[in-house]
Amino acid sequence: MAGKAQKAAQFDVKEQFEAVENQFQTLQILNEEGEVVNEAEMPELSDEQLQELMKRMVYTRILDQRSISLNRQGRLGFYAPTAGQEASQLASQFALEKEDFILPGYRDVPQLIWHGLPLSQAFLFSRGHFKGNQIPEGVNVISPQIIIGAQIIQAAGVALGMKKRGAKSVAITYTGDGGASQGDFYEGINFAGAFKAPAIFVVQNNRFAISTPVEKQSAAKTIAQKAVAAGIPGIQVDGMDPLAVYKAVSDARERAVNGEGPTLIETLTYRYGPHTMAGDDPTRYRTSDLDNEWERKDPLVRFRKFLEGKKLWNEDMENEVIERAKEDIKNAIKEADAEPKQKVTDLMEIMYEEMPNNLKEQYEIYKEKESK
Amino acid sequence: MAQMTMVQAINDALRNELKNDPNVLLFGEDVGVNGGVFRVTDGLQKEFGEDKVFDTPLAESGIGGLAIGLSLQGFRPVPEIQFFGFVFEVMDSIAGQMSRMRYRSGGRYNMPITVRSPFGGGVHTPELHSDSLEGLMAQTPGLKVVIPSSPYDAKGLLISSIRDNDPVIFLEHLKLYRAFREEVPEEEYTLPIGKAAVKREGSDLSIITYGAMVHESLKAAEELEKEGHSVEVIDLRTIMPLDVDTIIASVEKTGRAIVVQEAQRQAGIASNVISEIMERAVLSLEAPVLRVAAADTVYAFSQAESVWLPNYKDVIETAKKVLNF
Repeated sequence: MAGKAQKAAQFDVKEQFEAVENQFQTLQILNEEGEVVNEAEMPELSDEQLQELMKRMVYTRILDQRSISLNRQGRLGFYAPTAGQEASQLASQFALEKEDFILPGYRDVPQLIWHGLPLSQAFLFSRGHFKGNQIPEGVNVISPQIIIGAQIIQAAGVALGMKKRGAKSVAITYTGDGGASQGDFYEGINFAGAFKAPAIFVVQNNRFAISTPVEKQSAAKTIAQKAVAAGIPGIQVDGMDPLAVYKAVSDARERAVNGEGPTLIETLTYRYGPHTMAGDDPTRYRTSDLDNEWERKDPLVRFRKFLEGKKLWNEDMENEVIERAKEDIKNAIKEADAEPKQKVTDLMEIMYEEMPNNLKEQYEIYKEKESK
Repeated sequence: MAQMTMVQAINDALRNELKNDPNVLLFGEDVGVNGGVFRVTDGLQKEFGEDKVFDTPLAESGIGGLAIGLSLQGFRPVPEIQFFGFVFEVMDSIAGQMSRMRYRSGGRYNMPITVRSPFGGGVHTPELHSDSLEGLMAQTPGLKVVIPSSPYDAKGLLISSIRDNDPVIFLEHLKLYRAFREEVPEEEYTLPIGKAAVKREGSDLSIITYGAMVHESLKAAEELEKEGHSVEVIDLRTIMPLDVDTIIASVEKTGRAIVVQEAQRQAGIASNVISEIMERAVLSLEAPVLRVAAADTVYAFSQAESVWLPNYKDVIETAKKVLNF
């Protein structure tokens, strides 16, 4: 009897995992055919807003194609492809206000551009020129973070700052599926939770961190459930569905500005291209079957179908966006080309408000060199 | 004027800055209601409120990120790292992030952060509390590193550090917190960062030092004086950037120098000081510049501190080698 009672009292691990998993069902509004499958969650967007979102997604797809090509020609430097992640990146940014502050990862240049960073500066960032990171006043973003996870703890600080100022705005930050394994990822969401700070943490789960599949990052079935460890809400959305991403971020924003604290959003997405243009070859670790499966989920395809069904989109409109994007990109590259080359004295000037003695001394040496 | 310990002087500087600037925020592990594990922030939360002086979760990296984010919102953060041995947890935020922010943003953003943290040996702390890691900070472009050795310097340098619009690492030696009292003006005053102080004038030998070793060097200088040697003691006060002018002026006068640090020989900043002297004043030297430093082992188990930490006897011994070279 005693033995049986003991057995009955044993902890049911399977039940525990299932119960957790069931709380993180994927939010989807548009299916792959562009059909609304969840009318109840449909965000309130005007026809113009829906068109604008599509324009941005098409524009950004072209930007990705052109960036890859410019990188291959040696006219751009560091570039992390974005194709496939348009819904995840742009529909989330579309849910923000100008006052909201974006702390991007290195793949999140598109969000910065749509938040106000001039395209020519985005190109200078890629090339490695400090002018690319001189964010215009009033554009609330910081340049892409290379140290994976650092943006997460910093976002907690930005959000706490907003709360202390009594601002009705949020800090939003992005990382990838690999990034969710970092200590700073956990610390960032935990700090924001403990301070009830208005932050939105987006994990763009594109299934691969360079060559490492998400299954090798963690035994957790979802990344969204990592929110539980911080005691904050976690949502998993179809990251190829612009309406679901928009809805999840707007809801999180509303909770945040109402003083209800942060949210973790996992977007299930995919990058069609390599990790970066620096020699990564996805055929080493990805099958073409997997690529094809995700191409069927393309956010542009389903949103195009959805808008065409509402008579809000046609080929002419799409071509107009494509031409405008190409024209803008051409001009932006020209602008970037026209930027004067960096000098060591320039780099010294931006180190401190007032140069310490060692730099003052070196400044004179380099000024002399540069005058020759 | 009031007689203050270094803890009181630091507390006084923090109170002054909280009053002076509404953007100043103090935070860290147990700095709020508890007043800090060394009472450095004692009474400040009560006086200025939880909005200005607050505790954080136990995570140094998160504290660093919090400081960076708050700076991006126009605050002037003064975070505390409970012991500087824990800096490794927050190395990226300090050396990978805040030190670079002005540069990486081309001047668009700056980080007016003062990281306060205690360190230093001689009080039998447990592991990784007393390590001298200032050398790591001094190697990081974008930071300034301040190490006061007296209550008067601590107050003036901390006010300057907090008002500096770039990140400053302010290291407080545990043994000096309550070692002695000194006259400290009650009103605010600042001391320039990057400026050394001649703590004792002399003509035969320059001792260049900082932190707790300032007092060991002064004690050694007194002993050496009895034997007829006139020793100058320079307290660097800021180890990055170095006050090269004061160091060189002294060496040119005395012709002999030693550099004294508590850190291991391969660490600290003594070798930087020697390099500067070699590049700028080699022709004034009557003897090589020698170092007093700890052995190149991990920081001593607490019972071994007395045989491991450099002290005034080591300073005397090395001074004599240079004097009799």
